[in-house]
Amino acid sequence: MSSDKKPLNLSLTRRAVLKAGVATAAVGAAPMIIPSKAWGYANEPSGSTVTLGFNVPQSGAYADEGADELRAYELAVEHLNGEGDGGMMSTFSSKELKGNGILGRKVEYVTGDTQTKPDAARASARSMIEKDGAIMITGGSSSGVAVAVQALCQEAGVIFMAGLTHSNDTTGKDKKANGFRHFFNSYMSGAALAPILAANYGKDRRAYHLTADYNWGYTTEEAVRTSTEAMGWDTVAAVKTPLSQTDFSSYVAPVQASGADILVLNHYGANMVNSLTSAVEFGLRNAQSNGKNFEIVVPLYSRLMAKGAGENVKGIFGSTNWHWSLTDEGSKAFVKSFGTKYGFPPSQAAHTCYVQTLLYADACERAGTHDPCGVAAALEGFEFDGLGNGPTLYRAEDHQCFKDVLVVKGKENPSSDFDLLEIVEITPRDKVSYDASIFGGELGACNSG
Amino acid sequence: MELSAILLQVLNGLDKGSAYALIALGLTLIFGTLGVVNFAHGALFMIGAFCAVSLQKILTISFTTIDESKTDFLGNPAQIHTPYVEKWFGEAVGATMIDWAVPLAILLAIPVMLLVGFAMERGLIKHFYKRPHADQILVTFGLAIVLQEIIKAYFGANQIPAPAPDALIGSFDFGVLLGFDPGTIIYPYWRIVYFLFAMVVVGAVFAFLKFTTFGMVVRAGMADRETVGLLGINIDKRFTIMFGIAAAVAGLAGVMYTPINSPNYHMGMDFLVISFVVVVVGGMGSLAGAVLAGFILGILESFASMREVIQLIPGINQVVIYLAAIVILLARPRGLLGRKGVMES
Repeated sequence: MSSDKKPLNLSLTRRAVLKAGVATAAVGAAPMIIPSKAWGYANEPSGSTVTLGFNVPQSGAYADEGADELRAYELAVEHLNGEGDGGMMSTFSSKELKGNGILGRKVEYVTGDTQTKPDAARASARSMIEKDGAIMITGGSSSGVAVAVQALCQEAGVIFMAGLTHSNDTTGKDKKANGFRHFFNSYMSGAALAPILAANYGKDRRAYHLTADYNWGYTTEEAVRTSTEAMGWDTVAAVKTPLSQTDFSSYVAPVQASGADILVLNHYGANMVNSLTSAVEFGLRNAQSNGKNFEIVVPLYSRLMAKGAGENVKGIFGSTNWHWSLTDEGSKAFVKSFGTKYGFPPSQAAHTCYVQTLLYADACERAGTHDPCGVAAALEGFEFDGLGNGPTLYRAEDHQCFKDVLVVKGKENPSSDFDLLEIVEITPRDKVSYDASIFGGELGACNSG
Repeated sequence: MELSAILLQVLNGLDKGSAYALIALGLTLIFGTLGVVNFAHGALFMIGAFCAVSLQKILTISFTTIDESKTDFLGNPAQIHTPYVEKWFGEAVGATMIDWAVPLAILLAIPVMLLVGFAMERGLIKHFYKRPHADQILVTFGLAIVLQEIIKAYFGANQIPAPAPDALIGSFDFGVLLGFDPGTIIYPYWRIVYFLFAMVVVGAVFAFLKFTTFGMVVRAGMADRETVGLLGINIDKRFTIMFGIAAAVAGLAGVMYTPINSPNYHMGMDFLVISFVVVVVGGMGSLAGAVLAGFILGILESFASMREVIQLIPGINQVVIYLAAIVILLARPRGLLGRKGVMES
């Protein structure tokens, strides 16, 4: 029996190899995320439920902060589905949310562990989008994670509602059309803190910065330096410290002899707890320099960090996005709801995550669709109130929320484990606003998948 | 660069070096006696620190009363928590006990760490004596992860402050003592205590090995285990005790370190890699080498953190220990005080 098939030619030419290489590269360069896209947009819900993806650190150094974020998300889902006391839904200026889920669909959720590592966070977000059909991803406690996951969500065509991320870059040079941030940023911290520092410590001061050696540290140092130097302060030195550093004594010890009379700790989390502990240990809080009392400043405070630092935070200024002791109706409703369910007040991370979930749901209702481009359009330029920070704008140009910023101080006589910070000043939003173009970056076009 | 700045960094290096030396001493003891590369040793340091945290929590176990005149964050009558020790021993004595929780934790840490050491050695590590070093590293590293996850599950991931007693908070001005301007060489009291404590522990371990019969047998076993066994001495039992002692040394280093860095579940891992570098630089199996290398590398790390040095060589603060290790090992391949034949085939 004969065959007219040609024998398979296995010999490879240089041209064939090059073609194969180009084809492989093209496949590799194509979008790697393949969410389900039945009709119009990625992961469009077809049944009676809609799935949200909560991507928070469940392991690693920020696991406690992540646990508080998750509590807030669970509470938000309860409220959206009409369970519990409704929390901030009753104080929110928009009245679209009725407690019947989102667009009549019951809200369900899946969770992922960011591990506070960009790669792990992207992997867990990808899994929630591809396998679980999550239509929105939210959460996180790090700017590195936020920037990485935001880029992935842009690529996948889902909305990203950032959790705790403070770097200017998240809505600056790395901003994306599908990403939105409610939390404040380094620039706002600097702008809010500088006048208070000048009023309390004077305008003739010499500052020494210790800065965590990564993106957030740089933007925070720059923001605080710019704002304080504009007030008349002089910057003696700025030293970068490794993120893995645990004992800061060798960085703190030379500060007093440098001629500085202010130490600014551009550190967060364990870095902040350890550097502040070293600074207090070396007597800086009680020291005199240039004929003035030596002072320490922590630009970004969180209650969980303050708890780790213990008594060392007393009297030290910093800024925060929100605090449970605020007395507006929205904050009171949220603290009551959260405190009744969990037995302690929420952190600022919990607050921003809860608010982001409500804002997303409300945007879907106002847009009448889950389509990311419709939701993004509803969020852009949205003015709202009643969510704990006073009148707030989701600016269209960079997807950054503009609202009042709190300047806080470590409390001298705390009455409990969570009563560690006192609000010194609520800086109005016009004092912390800036031109959207100053941090560069392009939003690009919205992607629906 | 001023002399005062140099002296300041030498002092800084001493307390860092003390911690490295204590951990590396324990590692070397275990390696020298049992031949085991113990990657769980950092976890022992961490468990020691959590002995201090635990004692602090025990001493602050409180009974609750309601104060109708105050309200909590939800507007309910405030709960006032009063530690039982203040009720049982009086307010002043109870408050002093809580204040001195960290030094008192030494009394808790010694038996706890000995038990943990015995349990670790008898329960797991003895089954790996004849296995390759790679297996020992894997099993002890796995054990370290399990231990830190247990601590995290119980105490959480955040750091927990465990401050020094009020009497030892503050710093001493060495500058004035040495004729420099005030405030140029200041050094916290607790770090002085830590350095002296480390010296006492190191001295006690050396004295124990040098001047007791038990120590003499252990040293003989470290030199030639087989011959000591042939003499009818149960060297394994003694080595198990040495494992417990090594665990206690690491644990005590951890207890006293808590006021310097508020402990969290990860603190052991932070010290582990550097401690291994210290052991290798000091010379595998050399106790004196471990202590010497601990201090040298601690001081070098402090110098590399100086602003002037970082400006001269950016990034040097992150790699100085490893650079120093390379230089020392190139010049002395067996480490500073390493002996021929240890870890050599």
